[in-house]
Amino acid sequence: MPETYIARSSAIAARLLAGEMMVMNSTDSTFFTLNEVATAIWQAADGRTPLREIVRSQVCEQFDIDPDQAQSDAEQFVADLSQHGILLVSDQPLRDPSAPEQP
Amino acid sequence: MSLLGEMSQKAFDMGVPISVHLDVTYRCNERCVHCYLDHEDHGEMTTAEIKDVLDQLAEAGVFFLTFSGGEVFLRRDFFELLEHARRLLFNVKIKTNAVMIREAEAQRIRALGVDTIQISVYSHRPEVHDAITKLPGSFQRTIKAIRFMRAQGLKVTIANVLMTWNRHDSDGLQKLAAELDVHYTLDPTITPKMDGNTSILSLRIPGEELPEVFRNRALVPNPEEFCAPPKPVSEDDLEGYSCSAGHSFCYISPYGDVFPCVQFPLPSGNIRRQKFMDIWNHSPELKEVRSIKAKDLTTCSSCSHVSSCTRCPGLAYMEGSMRGPSSADCEKSYYRTGIPTANMLRKSSQARITPLVQIRPLAVLA
Repeated sequence: MPETYIARSSAIAARLLAGEMMVMNSTDSTFFTLNEVATAIWQAADGRTPLREIVRSQVCEQFDIDPDQAQSDAEQFVADLSQHGILLVSDQPLRDPSAPEQP
Repeated sequence: MSLLGEMSQKAFDMGVPISVHLDVTYRCNERCVHCYLDHEDHGEMTTAEIKDVLDQLAEAGVFFLTFSGGEVFLRRDFFELLEHARRLLFNVKIKTNAVMIREAEAQRIRALGVDTIQISVYSHRPEVHDAITKLPGSFQRTIKAIRFMRAQGLKVTIANVLMTWNRHDSDGLQKLAAELDVHYTLDPTITPKMDGNTSILSLRIPGEELPEVFRNRALVPNPEEFCAPPKPVSEDDLEGYSCSAGHSFCYISPYGDVFPCVQFPLPSGNIRRQKFMDIWNHSPELKEVRSIKAKDLTTCSSCSHVSSCTRCPGLAYMEGSMRGPSSADCEKSYYRTGIPTANMLRKSSQARITPLVQIRPLAVLA
């Protein structure tokens, strides 16, 4: 099965407030908040670590969640955020997402 | 309440500075007749200092960051600051006159993921706009820049300040905004200069003209509701606060001075001498601002408008007391609803007393 790599879009703004990650997409001003588990996945979305590894190390180990359920939930979460242009998804490693696009 | 509204309320309740307005310079290439700033450089923060401030603001939980001035693009390092801010994942808004923005700058702003650009435009007539900015050709350059930015898909807002010089141009400018496919806002507020000089207040439009603004459906979605008489004041209203200034919002000047708001010149600390969070958490001035509830306001606490008034504590402060009324907002409440405010009634009762005192000598003569 091919790996899935995820990276944060350069068009987003994000900040943690009281344990919830606020995320806003500058292209259409859509605004989201992520719960603790989603925030852990979001913060680990470095474009280089496979989603399966993120789920194992950031979700299953830290939140005591069933691995299959966690993987399924994570895939749904990634699909939702990628639809809104918040996360970039690829079967290949992605560029460093911490740097905004250069002109 | 929207999700964004809920998070903003949470930040307010927790005392998190979710939004900061940072002026990076007071220098400007325009000399707008109504501007409240001086345009000299009295020792602006360096690139490194501002980057350090941005680091501190991100650490403090700031999400919404407005870069403004002066004209931000007069700083040669502005894109470096912008890039740093976006790397820290702020939601960035830029306020500018846009005369220095061309295609390349618009592309770069877009690439950096800036949320919104707010641009000052005062008329659809070049001669009126240029007379207000005192920069010949500024209208053409600004409109051209807006077209560059729209071509990049950037969200642009035209911000108009209604004053005596452009009082008849709002409709024309609104049409131009629609043609450019940008958002349009209109503000009839002229504020005193930051040094307290009130000479520019003569540019305010007469109060009698405010109802036309408040009943303009293109500006106010529901004029009937907006202009309705105030609802009876409740206990909850009296436990409420005026605005987010000092609670979840603050202003930082190009010299590192921290204030509750850009319109509230109460010095509350300087970021060159203290860490931002030390000022935010421990400044006696900010603590005082935060302590003031509606029930603590002199005059306003007994006003029927107290729950719906746009009372600005900064304007009240410039008028003499941060707990007192802001006459400009009293005027707005009155012309919005037709119902006089407690402050207006107090003043009119004082005015009635004054002539009696003046004629007292006549009584003595009689």
